[in-house]
Amino acid sequence: MTYLAKPRLLRPDTPRNTLGYTRRDYEGAISTLCAGCGHDSISAAVVQACYDLDIEPHRVAKLSGIGCSSKTPDYFLGNSHGFNTTHGRMPSVLTGAALANRDLIYLGVSGDGDSASIGIGQFAHAMRRGVNMTYLVENNGVYGLTKGQFSATADKGSKSKRGVVNNETPIDLVALALQLGASYVARSFSGDKEQLIPLIKGALRHLGPSFIDVISPCVTFNNHAGSTKSYDYVREHNDAVNRLDFILPRDRINASYPPGSLRRIVQHDGSILHLRKLDSDYDPSDRIGAMNHLQERHALGEIVTGLLYVDSSAEDLHRHLNTVEKPLNQLGDAYLCPGSKVLEALNASLRRS
Amino acid sequence: MIPTNIGAHDYFHKVVDCQWACPAHTPVPEYIRLIAGGRYSDAYMINWRSNVFPGILGRVCDRPCEPACRRGRLDQEPVAICRLKRVAADLKDDINDRLPKQPGKMNGKRIACVGAGPASLTVARDLAVIGYRMTVFDSGAFPGGMMRSQIPKFRLPDNVIDEECGYILNLGVEARYNHWVNSLRDLLAEGWDAVFVGTGAPRGRDAELPGRQEAAAHIHIGIDWLANVAFGHTSRISPRVIVLGGGNTAMDCCRSARRLGGEDVKVVVRSGFEEMKASPWEKEDAIHEDIPIINMHVPKEFVHDKGKLNGVLFELVRAEYDATGKRSLIPTGDPDVFMECDEVLVAIGQENAFPWIEKDIGLEFDQWNMPVLNPATLQSTLPKVFFGGDAALGPKNIITAVAQGHEAAISIDLFCKGRSLEDRLPPLTNLVSQKMGIHEWSYDNQVSEEERKKVPVKALEKTLKDIRLELEMGFDPYMACSEAERCLNCDIETVFTGKTCIECDACVDICPTECITFTANGEENDLRARLKAPADNLEQALYVSDVLKTGRVMVKDENICLHCGMCAERCPTGAWDMQKFFLQTAEAGMEVRKT
Repeated sequence: MTYLAKPRLLRPDTPRNTLGYTRRDYEGAISTLCAGCGHDSISAAVVQACYDLDIEPHRVAKLSGIGCSSKTPDYFLGNSHGFNTTHGRMPSVLTGAALANRDLIYLGVSGDGDSASIGIGQFAHAMRRGVNMTYLVENNGVYGLTKGQFSATADKGSKSKRGVVNNETPIDLVALALQLGASYVARSFSGDKEQLIPLIKGALRHLGPSFIDVISPCVTFNNHAGSTKSYDYVREHNDAVNRLDFILPRDRINASYPPGSLRRIVQHDGSILHLRKLDSDYDPSDRIGAMNHLQERHALGEIVTGLLYVDSSAEDLHRHLNTVEKPLNQLGDAYLCPGSKVLEALNASLRRS
Repeated sequence: MIPTNIGAHDYFHKVVDCQWACPAHTPVPEYIRLIAGGRYSDAYMINWRSNVFPGILGRVCDRPCEPACRRGRLDQEPVAICRLKRVAADLKDDINDRLPKQPGKMNGKRIACVGAGPASLTVARDLAVIGYRMTVFDSGAFPGGMMRSQIPKFRLPDNVIDEECGYILNLGVEARYNHWVNSLRDLLAEGWDAVFVGTGAPRGRDAELPGRQEAAAHIHIGIDWLANVAFGHTSRISPRVIVLGGGNTAMDCCRSARRLGGEDVKVVVRSGFEEMKASPWEKEDAIHEDIPIINMHVPKEFVHDKGKLNGVLFELVRAEYDATGKRSLIPTGDPDVFMECDEVLVAIGQENAFPWIEKDIGLEFDQWNMPVLNPATLQSTLPKVFFGGDAALGPKNIITAVAQGHEAAISIDLFCKGRSLEDRLPPLTNLVSQKMGIHEWSYDNQVSEEERKKVPVKALEKTLKDIRLELEMGFDPYMACSEAERCLNCDIETVFTGKTCIECDACVDICPTECITFTANGEENDLRARLKAPADNLEQALYVSDVLKTGRVMVKDENICLHCGMCAERCPTGAWDMQKFFLQTAEAGMEVRKT
C-alpha cells in the first residue's frame, strides 16, 4: 500500500471525454487496501466505465456497507455523492435515497460478507423490490478485515490459507439475484477488465436492479493453491458464456459478426448491448435456463461469467409505487407538507363511514 | 518484440535522459538528490569526477541535459540541472582533502598538452593522478583557455576559473604560460611520450564585405574583442553597436557591449529567431538587457565615410526549405535596410587553425584542414599525437571538450602502455534495489508539483555598469532544494521480474501516467499503438517482459514514467522493484578487476 497520493502530473496527450474530464478526474483517494487486491482493479473498472459513459460525477451516488469492498467507494469517483452505511445495510439506505431522488445514478458497492452474511436479507429485498441501481459485489470468499475466515460464498471443499477445508455450502449471489427478480445479472472477474468494464457500463445504463458479482481475489488471505477464488484458479476455470460490447446511441458500429454469433439488445435509454456468444446454446433472456446453466457448471467446478440474464423491458420500484417524478428536494415545502387540512381530508377519505 | 535486455548497460542509461545526453555522462539525478539533501560537497565531487569543472559548467554549460530532461516532456519546463550544479559548487565545503593526489612514484612518462583549456586540463588531471608527468603549454598568462578569454566575467568570474583550474594544477601538473608552441616538429623532438593538442578554435570568421578594409578600425572580430575585454585591453565601446551573428558568442558580445558604454546595441542575424545557434536562455538574457534581435537580415555592406563607419546595409531575406529540409535564404525583394552604428562586432563563427603544425611530419589533414582522427580514440595519423576539444572535431562546447579529454586520456594511457587503443573498458554500472520498507524507498518518490525556479539576478542598472559583476546570484539552499525535488529520479529504474508476477493489474491501475500495459505480444509498431496510452515517442524505448503465465507480456513505455515507484508499492509479489542505476564512464588507468 502507499501513503502518497498519485502525482497530479498528466501526460501532455491525456485524452478527455466529451465533458472535458480526464480519467483521473473520476478517481478518488489513494487506496489503502493490500497491494494487489482485486478490489482496486474493480475501482479502476468503475472509473473507466464512468469516464467512457461521460457521466457527470455529481450525478452518481455511491453507497456501501462495511468491509474491504465497502471501503472502495472512497477510491473512485471522488467528486460523487458517497455514503458508508452500517454493515449490510447499504440496500435499505440506497432504497431510501433512490426514492427521495430518482435523478441520480445509484451504485451500491458491497462484499460477500456484507451481502451474503449480515446483509443477505437487505440484498434479497433490494433485488425483489426492483430498486433502480447497480449492485456490485466484490466477492473474494473470505473475511479479509478479520484475517481470512471463510465467508458465506466460499466454495465447499476449498482450502483456507492455513489449510482448513470449508465444509459449508456456498451461497451463490448470482443465483439468488436471478431468483429474486434482478433484471440485469452478470458475473465477472477483477482480473479481466475487458469483460468487466462493459458489464458495468451496461448495468449503469440499465433500468431496474442490476447485479454484478465480481470475483476479486484477496491476495493476502485467499490467493493460494486450494482456493477457488485465486487469480490462478479463476483464470483456469473461467467459463464465459458471452462477451459484451456496450454501445452508446451516439457510437457508430463498425464491427461485423458472423450470423447467429451476436445477440443485440436495446435498453430503455437506447444504449445497445452487443453480446458475442461464446456458448452458442446460452440464452441470456431465459431466466430459468440461466439458473440451470449456472448450477450445472458450478457442479463441474467451473465459474460461469458474462452477462447471464437481461430483461430490457423491466420496470423499477418507482413504477411499482407510482412515485412522483421530481426529486423530493425540488418539490418545495408547500407540496411536501400541504398542511393539516389536507391531512384531515386524507384521513377522512380512508375512514369507513 | 523480444524481451528487453536490461542487463545491457545502455538500456537503463538511455532511460536517464539527462545522463545519456551529457557528453561526459555525469550522473545527474544522483548529484541532484545529494543537493536536495544538503550534501553539496558530495554532489560536487560526483560532478568533479565526470565533468571536471562543476563551478564553471554550472554557470556556462550548453546544458544538453536540459532539453533531454523527462520533466520537460510532462511539465512546462525541465529541471534547472545546470544551475543546480552551480549550487553544489557555491555551497560546498573545502574539498581539497577529497581530491586525489599525485602518486608518490611516477611512471616515468612525460606528456605535453598544448593549450590550457578545458580539454587539455582534463587530460592533465586524468593522467597526473595515475603517475604521468604532465606539462601544459599556453600562450596566455593564465589557465582556462577560452573559458577565461571569451566568456564574459559577468557570466563567469575569474575566481571560479582560478579555483577549478587550481585543483588540476595542484596535482603536480607543470604549466608553462606565455609559451607559444610554434612547431609541432620541434615539440616532438623534445621526446614527449605523447602530445595532446587542445588548442581550440582560435580564429573568428570575418565578414568579407565592401567597406570591411576601409572601416577596419571600427569593425572587430567577436572572439578577439571578447578576449581584449576579458584581459582589460578594451574597456569602452561607442554608443551605437551592431553585433552580426546569432550564436552564443554574439550574445556574449552584445551583452558585453551593453556594459562598456553601448546604449543602442542590437543583434542582426541572417536566420530566423528559432534557427539561431544561440541557446534559448542566452537569447532570453540578451532580450532581458534590452537588446533587440533582428532576424532575416543579411549584411551587404559596411557603409563608411572615408574610413569612419556610418552603419551597415542589410538585404532582407526569407527562409525557404526544399524537399530534404535544406534551408536557403531568398531575397524578399524589399528595399535594403540601412542601420546606423559606430562599431560592429562580427560573431559569425569560429574556425580552427593549426599554423604551427608542419604539413610534412606525417600528421594528415582533411579537405577542411581538420586533423584526420579516429573519432573514438582521438588519435591522429601521427600515433603519438592526440586531439581534443574544439581542435579535434570542430567547435562545440566545454562539456564536449571535457568528454573528449577523458577519451584522449584513456587513449594516451593505453598508447603509453603499448596496448591497443580499442582496448577500452565499458562504463561501470550498478543496479541496486532501493526498497527500505513496504512503502519506503531510499529516495523521495513523491513527485513535486513545483514550477521551475528562476535564478535570482542582481538589478540591471547595477550590473550594466560593471562588466565584472556577476549577474546571477545562484539559488539559495531553499530554492535549490525545491528545484532539486522537481527531478523525477529517472535513475531509479522500474525493474520487472516476470516470474513472480501474478497479473493482478495493480500496477496498471495505479500508474499515474498509464505507462504499463499487459497485452498480447506483437511487433514494435503494433505494440506501440495498442498500449493503454499510445507510445508515440519513438526515441523512447518500450520495456517488454518475457511471456507471462496468461500468454501476455508486460509492456512499459519508458517515455513518461514518473519513477514514482507506485507500481512497485502496489505490487503484491515484488515483481516490480525500484532499483538505482548508477553509471560512471571508465577513466584512464582503470583495469578490469581480477575476480
